Amino acid sequence: MMTARSLHSLAIAGTLAGALTLSFGHAARAQDTIKIGELNSYKTQTAFLDPYKKGWELAIEQINAKGGVLGKKLEVISRDDGSTPGDAVRVADELVTREGVNIIAGTFLSHIGLAVTEFAGKKKVFFLAAEPLTDKITWQNGNKYTFRLRATTYMQVAMLMPAAVAAKKKRWALVYPNFEYGQAAVATFKEMLKAQQPDVEFVTEQAPPLGKVDAGAVVQAIDDAKPDAIFNVLFGADFSKLVREGTTRGVFKDRTVVSLLSGEPEYLDPVKEEAPVGWIVTGYPWDKIKTPEYLAFLTAYQKKYNDYPRLGSIVGYVTMTSLAAGIAKAGSTDTDKLIAAFEGLKLDSPFGPFMYRASDHQATMGAYVGKIALEGGKGTMADFKYVDGATVLPSDAEVKKLRPVTE
Amino acid sequence: MSFNAFLFQALNGLSAASGLFFVAAGLSLIFGVTRIVNIAHGSLYMIGTYIAYSVATKVGGAVGFWGGIVLTALLVALIGAAIEILLLRRIYRAPELFQLLATFALVLVINDATLWIWGPEDLLGPRAPGLTGSIEVLGRRLPTYDIFLIFVGPFVLWMLHLALAKTRFGRLMRAATQDREMVGALGVNQAMLFTGVFALGALLAGLGGALQIAREPATLATDLIVIGDAFVVVVVGGMGSISGAYLAAVIIAEVKALCIGLGVVNFGGFTVNFSKLTLVAEFLVMAAVLIARPYGLLGREQVAVRSVAEPEEPLRPATPATKIAGLILLVVLVCLPLIAKSSPYTLVLGIDVLIAVLFATSLHFIMGPGGMHSFGHAAYFGLGAYGAALLVKWFAAPMGLALAAAPVLALVGALLFGWFAVRLSGVYLAMLTLAFAQIVWAAVFQWETLTGGSNGVLGIWPSAPFDTRGPFYFLTLALAALGVLLLRKFLFAPFGYAMRAGRDSPLRAEAIGLDVKRVHWLAFAIAGAVCGIAGGLFAFAKGSISPETIGVSRSIDGLVMVLLGGIQTLTGPIVGASVYAVLQDFMMRSTEYWRALLGGIILLLVLAFPSGIVGGFVKLISRRNTTSKAAS
Repeated sequence: MMTARSLHSLAIAGTLAGALTLSFGHAARAQDTIKIGELNSYKTQTAFLDPYKKGWELAIEQINAKGGVLGKKLEVISRDDGSTPGDAVRVADELVTREGVNIIAGTFLSHIGLAVTEFAGKKKVFFLAAEPLTDKITWQNGNKYTFRLRATTYMQVAMLMPAAVAAKKKRWALVYPNFEYGQAAVATFKEMLKAQQPDVEFVTEQAPPLGKVDAGAVVQAIDDAKPDAIFNVLFGADFSKLVREGTTRGVFKDRTVVSLLSGEPEYLDPVKEEAPVGWIVTGYPWDKIKTPEYLAFLTAYQKKYNDYPRLGSIVGYVTMTSLAAGIAKAGSTDTDKLIAAFEGLKLDSPFGPFMYRASDHQATMGAYVGKIALEGGKGTMADFKYVDGATVLPSDAEVKKLRPVTE
Repeated sequence: MSFNAFLFQALNGLSAASGLFFVAAGLSLIFGVTRIVNIAHGSLYMIGTYIAYSVATKVGGAVGFWGGIVLTALLVALIGAAIEILLLRRIYRAPELFQLLATFALVLVINDATLWIWGPEDLLGPRAPGLTGSIEVLGRRLPTYDIFLIFVGPFVLWMLHLALAKTRFGRLMRAATQDREMVGALGVNQAMLFTGVFALGALLAGLGGALQIAREPATLATDLIVIGDAFVVVVVGGMGSISGAYLAAVIIAEVKALCIGLGVVNFGGFTVNFSKLTLVAEFLVMAAVLIARPYGLLGREQVAVRSVAEPEEPLRPATPATKIAGLILLVVLVCLPLIAKSSPYTLVLGIDVLIAVLFATSLHFIMGPGGMHSFGHAAYFGLGAYGAALLVKWFAAPMGLALAAAPVLALVGALLFGWFAVRLSGVYLAMLTLAFAQIVWAAVFQWETLTGGSNGVLGIWPSAPFDTRGPFYFLTLALAALGVLLLRKFLFAPFGYAMRAGRDSPLRAEAIGLDVKRVHWLAFAIAGAVCGIAGGLFAFAKGSISPETIGVSRSIDGLVMVLLGGIQTLTGPIVGASVYAVLQDFMMRSTEYWRALLGGIILLLVLAFPSGIVGGFVKLISRRNTTSKAAS
C-alpha cells in the first residue's frame, strides 16, 4: 500500500515528466523555407506592436508572392517575449535551439533589446533589433552579430537640434520618463545644445516614472520654473496626460516645445483634436508623404488591413524586407555571410533608400521632422521634411571609439 | 519653490488623492470583511475607465459623460458581484491567501479581454462637460475638474461613513470586520453580505476609474499601476479603515506633489532631482509608517480570524517511499541532458524551472511553515542576482566567487529587512516586505552609475567549464537540489519545529521559552539566502540582469507558484513552480491571447484543487485510504 506521501512525490515526478514531453516531441521539418525567429513584447506594447506585426506580415506576404528569397519562402516564427529580459532570453534560446533558427529579429524596450543583443553576441546568432532606441545596442554594448533598424535616441535628438537652436531660447525645461531612454535623450540634448548655444540654462528637470506621470503637478512645476522653451520626451499615456493638463493650465502658451517621437500616429492620434499645435517633433505624417515608394506601401497596407499604417507598421515592414535583402545579398543564411552582407547593405524602404553602416551596424533610415498641426479635428504634421539618418550619425571613426574593443 | 507654488502643489495633491482614495477604499472594505487580497481590484478600475470612455464617446455630451460615470459604477459593481458569486464563493474554505491566486488569474483574463474588446490603442476620453476650463488660484490656473475632484473625494468618504454608521448593511459590515463567524452565528446571511461588500468595493473602483477619463487615457497598463498604489494607501491608512484610506491617500499624493514641486535642488554643489523620488515615494512612506505604527495610521490590531479552512495536518518527515520517489526524480533530472541531445531546449527550460523551484521553495519556507506571507521575495532574488552580477562587472570576479557572494548579500538584506518585518504579522507583514522589495528595486533602478539603471548589468556569462548548457544545467540542478534539501533539513530540525510552534501558537511557544521573533527572523534570513542562490544562478543563466526582473511581478509569481502547488505541503512549491513555469512557456508559444488562457487554466486549477495541486492529491488519497479501510 502506497502512502499518501509517496504518491505525493510521484505527483512531482509526473509533473516534471509532463514538462519534458511538452518541450519534447518536436520533429524536424524539412528545410524548404528560411526560418526567421521574431520576438516582441506584444502583450504590453500593443499600441505600437499590433501595427508592427501587420507591417511585417505584409512584407512577408509580398516577398513570398514574388517567390521568396534564394528560391525559398520566408517563414516567421513569432513569439511573445514576456516583456521581461529574462523571459526574452529564454524565448530567443527556444527559437534557436528548438526551432533551429539562426536569425532573430524584434524587441521593443531598450533593456530587453540589450539582453537579446548580449545573448546574440554570446551564442553567435544574427540579431536585427527592430525598435529599441538605446544607443548602447550599436555603441557601448554593440557586437558583431547585432544590427539595428530604428533611428536611435541620439539620432532622434540630433534631428531636432537645428530647430531647438534656431528657436534661440535661453531657459529650457526638460521633462522625460525616468528610465534609460529618457535619461539618454535628455543627456544628449543638453550636451548638444550647450555646445551650440553656451549660454543656455536648464531651469528644471522633471523625471516622472514611466506610465505614472502626475501630470497636473509636473506641468505646474515646469510653469513655476518660468522656462522659455520645453523639451519633452514623454510618450504614450504620459504624453496624453501631459498635453491635456498643460493645455488646460496654459503652460504651453507662448513657449517653444520640442518633443521627441510625438509626431508618430501611435502617440499623436489618441489626443485627437487636442493635438498640441506648433510643437516641433520627430514623427511620421502617414497621410502626407507623397513619394512613389511610400504610396505603393500605403496602398498595399490599406488594401490588406483596411486601416492606416502607424510607425510600427513601417518598422515591422522594413525589418522583414531588410532581412530578405540581406539574405539575398549573402546568397545564404550562414551567419558570417549574413553579417558580411548586412555591413553596408543598401536597400529601399517606404521612407526612401537607406543602408546598414558597417562601422556600428546602425541603419540610416531617418524620420520626419516637422510641427504638429490640426487638420479636420486630428493631429498631423506640417512643414515637415525627411531627415536622413546618415546626416545625423557620428562618423565611423567616432563610433569606433564608442564600441567595445573586443571585436 | 515659493510659498504660493507650494500651496498650489498641495491643491494638485488633493485632487490626485481623491482618485487614489476610491480604489483604496473599495480594496479596504473587501479585505476587511472577506479577508481577500483582491489583486484584480486594479483591473476593475481599468474596466471602469474603458466602459466610461465608451459611454461618454458613444452617447456624447453631458449625459454621456456624467450619466456614463454613474452607469459605469453600477456595471462594475455587477461585475464584482458576479466574480464573488461565480468564483470566490467557491473557495472561501481554502487555506488563507488562496483566493489571491484566483484574483491573480482574473487580472490576466480581464486584461486580455479588455484588449480584445477595446483594442490596443490608448483611449483618451472627452473633457468633463461643464468643467473644461480652469480658474485662477494663487496666480496659477487650476482646472475646474480638479476642484471637483478635490471635493468629490471627501464627499464619498462622508457618504460611506454614513452608510457604515447608520444603515443595517453598514452595521453588519462592521460587525463582520470584527468577527464574521459571530455574525454568521447570529443568523446573518453571510453569502449575501460578502456579495454585497464585493459589489460595493467594485463600485468604488469603477467610479474611481470612470472619474479619471477626463484626465488620462484608458490604457491596458492601468491595472497593475493602480493596484500597487491602492495597496500602499490601504496599508498606510490601516486595513479596513475608510477614513484612514483617505488620510493615507492625501499624505501620499502630497508627498509626491511636493517632490515634483521641489524638482532639482542644489545642496552646495550636490544636485538632487526630487522628481525622481516619485518612483518610490509611496513605498518609503509605507515603510516608515509600518515601522512606527504597525497597523497603519488609523488601523487597529487585526483580530485573529478563526480560520474557516480545514485545519492543517502537521508536517511529517519523509517516509522511505518518498525518499525513493525523490531519488528517482533526481536520477531522471540528472539523465535529462541525455534526452536533451535531440531537443536541447529541454535544458534551457529545465534551468529556468529549477531556478523557479528554488525561488518558490525558499518563499514557501517562510510562507507555509513560517506563516509569514512575504509579498516581496523578489528583493532577495534581486540582491543575489545583482550581488553576483556587480562582482563580475566591477571586480571581474570569477563565477565561483560571484555565486558564493549571491546568498551572502541576500542574507544581509534579509537580516536587515526581516528584523523589521517579523515585528508585524498578517497582511501588514506582507506589505512591509513589499515596501522593502520596492525600495531595493528603486535603488537598483536609480543608482545608474553602479547598477546600470533600467538597462541593468550585461555580460554576466558563466565561465568554463560551465559555459555550455549541459554543465550549467548540472550546476543549477546541484544547487537547487541542495537548496531544497537544506531547507527541508531545517524544517525537521528543532529549529523547524520551533518555527511552526511560533506560527501556530505564539503565546504557548513563548511560554515554553522559545523566542518566537528571533526564530522567525532567522527563518526569514535563511529563506532570503537560499533565494539569493536562485538569483545568482538566474543572472548567469541569462547573461544579464535588469531591475524589471526583480520587480513586483516576480514576487507575485512566487506567491502564485506556492499557492498553486499547495501551501500546506512541502512538495507544493516544487510542483507549483514547475507547473507554472512550464505552462507559461507553453502558453506563450501557443496563442496570442496567452495570458487569458494561462489565467483560465489557473482558474480551473483553483476550482478543482482549492488547496493547491499537491494538497488536492493528498486529500484525495487520504480520503480513499479511509474508505478502503472502512470497507475492509
